[in-house]
Amino acid sequence: MTTLIELQGAGKSFANRAVLQAVNLSLVPGRIVTLIGPNGAGKTTLVKIVLGLLQPDTGRVQRSVQLRVGYMPQKLHIDPTLPLQVERFLQFANGDSPACLAALERVGIAHLIKQPVSGLSGGEMQRMLLARALLRKPNLLVLDEPVQGVDVTGQEALYQLIGELRDELNCGILMVSHDLHLVMAATDEVVCLNQHVCCHGTPQQVSVDPEFVALFGAKTALYTHHHDHEHDLHSGVVNSPVGSSCHHDSVQPGSKEGSQSDV
Amino acid sequence: MYDFLYLALLAGLGVAIVAGPMGSLVVWQRMAYFGDTLAHGSLLGIALGMWFSFSNSLAVVIVCLLIAGVLIVFERQRLLATDTVLGILSHGSLALGLVALTLIPGARTDMEALLFGDILTVTTAEVAVVWLMAVCVLAALWRLWPSLLAITVHEDLARVEGVRVDVVKAVLKLLLALVVAVSMKVVGVLLITALLIIPAASARHFAKTPEQMALLASGVAMLAVCAGLAASWWLNTPVGPSIVVSASLFFMLVLLARGRRA
Repeated sequence: MTTLIELQGAGKSFANRAVLQAVNLSLVPGRIVTLIGPNGAGKTTLVKIVLGLLQPDTGRVQRSVQLRVGYMPQKLHIDPTLPLQVERFLQFANGDSPACLAALERVGIAHLIKQPVSGLSGGEMQRMLLARALLRKPNLLVLDEPVQGVDVTGQEALYQLIGELRDELNCGILMVSHDLHLVMAATDEVVCLNQHVCCHGTPQQVSVDPEFVALFGAKTALYTHHHDHEHDLHSGVVNSPVGSSCHHDSVQPGSKEGSQSDV
Repeated sequence: MYDFLYLALLAGLGVAIVAGPMGSLVVWQRMAYFGDTLAHGSLLGIALGMWFSFSNSLAVVIVCLLIAGVLIVFERQRLLATDTVLGILSHGSLALGLVALTLIPGARTDMEALLFGDILTVTTAEVAVVWLMAVCVLAALWRLWPSLLAITVHEDLARVEGVRVDVVKAVLKLLLALVVAVSMKVVGVLLITALLIIPAASARHFAKTPEQMALLASGVAMLAVCAGLAASWWLNTPVGPSIVVSASLFFMLVLLARGRRA
């Protein structure tokens, strides 16, 4: 398994204030790494370094020659004066109409292809952004707060979609997140960032780490500690009737096995 | 007999065609203040041109390009907010231009012509310059159009997808500088931005794609030029303001139509 991108001791300062210090990060195909941390922890800076939009002041970044990044930005604000349909928005990534339709079908919003972007709901907008990232045929997806502005049920569905895409494309995924419960369930590895890497590991390891508990409080840690399996976490977190009626128990273990046989 | 009218019409239409796509970009990227700054700077250009007995139009183009250059540099440094920098450049160059114009010995300047345009006195050569500018700017916009739209939607996303964002933004500023400098003769320093943004804003309501908006805006601007010239002919009003009034009236009609439909 080749490493897609590796950061060694990456550091970055703005106006003599260190935003990131000695960060090591390694992204490999088929693995979802989630970046969590409080505001001002340097998550956005780290994402920009991974994307190549910023160069670190210290440390090294090694990129695989085959690296193709699909990027889903945190929030899209399209000026209402710009008339733009969903299809056109996707064509910035890839001019091919059938490819655009296929990407929209994959994220479940093919019916919106001719809709103006400004009229989309939060969840539809995120799915459209995901479709655009997919059009790049990426082997690394960088998703900055992918469920922002989406209701809880929608969040769960989006995380499930992201997991499925990882299995289908066998791509690496770097996700940034604020919310802890759902994202813990949807990830293979958690990197807890607060200017430096406080702790990292599986969600189960991180959730009992003293540094994590100090940052996010004991409630979260205790909560995740009860569960040691992904879908348990899921249905445990979402107590809404909708959440429990669309169970993933049958889907997730299956797709997990699928991904393992792929690798 | 009415040669000067035909020349004025030709010059106005040349500017109007460019005003469509360029004005749309100004609206999308919120560059209206930047357009104003360039327009004010062109007054300084005129003054410098007179001072050094230099071609006026060339001096205006040079000053506008310089202002665009200064802004590009300042934006990279990020020391001050862009609108602060624009405010300094805009009013600084306007004031400097006005002071310089009065200090030039023996210079009798028709201030009204500078501020509100003097389209009825355009020469054949000036019309040629307008159309040369129009062709060059349209060709450049045509080439850069997908990149320009991509950065309008999301700069970082465009950058990740391989668009050279800084270059495209710099070129857009320089193109706008060129448009403003050349259009000065037609509608004057104070009204150039209006001719850019009012047609684009009017076209927004009818457009489903960015291209439709740009084309419709060109159409509206051309109508406004024709209507403004006609009004000036029949009512003996100044041409530049008449053109902008026509565009504004059209915009109000659009607003009314929109209100009724909603």
